[in-house]
Amino acid sequence: MCVTCGCSDPKLNREQERAARVRLRKPHGAARMLQLERSLLEKNQRLAEQNRTWLAERSVVAFNLMGSPGAGKTALLEAVARFAPELGALVVEGDQATERDAERIRRAGCRAIQINTGTGCHLDAHSVLHALTELAPEPGSRVFLENVGNLVCPALFDLGEGVRIVVLSVTEGDDKPLKYPHMFRACDALVLNKIDLLPHVQFEPAQAFERARALNPQVRTFELSATGGQGVESFCAWLRAFGSESAPRVPQHARAGAPP
Amino acid sequence: MINEHCAGRTVTRVVLEIGKLAAVVPDAFRFCFELCAEGTPAAGAQLEIVELPGRGLCRDCGQECDLDSAFERCPCGSFSLRLLSGEQLSLREVEVI
Repeated sequence: MCVTCGCSDPKLNREQERAARVRLRKPHGAARMLQLERSLLEKNQRLAEQNRTWLAERSVVAFNLMGSPGAGKTALLEAVARFAPELGALVVEGDQATERDAERIRRAGCRAIQINTGTGCHLDAHSVLHALTELAPEPGSRVFLENVGNLVCPALFDLGEGVRIVVLSVTEGDDKPLKYPHMFRACDALVLNKIDLLPHVQFEPAQAFERARALNPQVRTFELSATGGQGVESFCAWLRAFGSESAPRVPQHARAGAPP
Repeated sequence: MINEHCAGRTVTRVVLEIGKLAAVVPDAFRFCFELCAEGTPAAGAQLEIVELPGRGLCRDCGQECDLDSAFERCPCGSFSLRLLSGEQLSLREVEVI
């Protein structure tokens, strides 16, 4: 416990917090307090729920694909198109600028819509709502929402997806889960990409997975090379297992902190 | 949001709740608040941030515990925690005159 003020004592903290609450409710002079109790992300949350319902009504499963720039998110989708064309993958691409990734996906044989976020560093439920409407996925199809390359902000924004996947590549360092805990805590699957480069880099897959599981014990893990093809089949097999549910699939990040 | 509720009034104080497990840094928020408040009813308002502790439910021992960071484990040693709270980012109240 902190010897100066006892700030690390949880019981004391709660008492201080209650005292702070009481103090805050007392307005000064002619001023009055308006109790709002509104989440700053409520608009995004509302739209995300709307997306989730929209997808469920069409029996469409949406995957939110996240990771650093250059982790191989687009390459992974190209590999899915190559190994599992029967999945009928549709893609929403998120980047600050250019149409390059959507063009790559189209060349791989899938329909794709590009969202350019400009200065934005993540996709949000609103932009995804419009992209989904334009994409018009067939019932039973799977939509991949490839987020802007970033291990921070996308973790905060629910898009209405059913499944969250993080792509980590062996060139990035096996301590990424320690450095970006929010991202790794909020995912359903962790894909380790570029394993064909393992002989050339210092990266311990077991270490990376162990660190991710310390935050997220249920996370599914895959090791593959999106360009070389090793391990892609077992990832596709996992993807095929989604799609038969009729109720909206709510990923663990959206359940955490949700009202009971 | 403040505009919506306080149009035409002067906001003197804004109280925010930020959970300790929310990926939001109070200092960064403070920095941006001043800039964003320019030209709105909240211009010049005092910003108070109440940091709320995280709470987790241990899947192994069934006990609840406080969490101050994403890497904490239950006192029983387990990392398998279900997050109950700590990711809040909300506008609790505003003082207007």
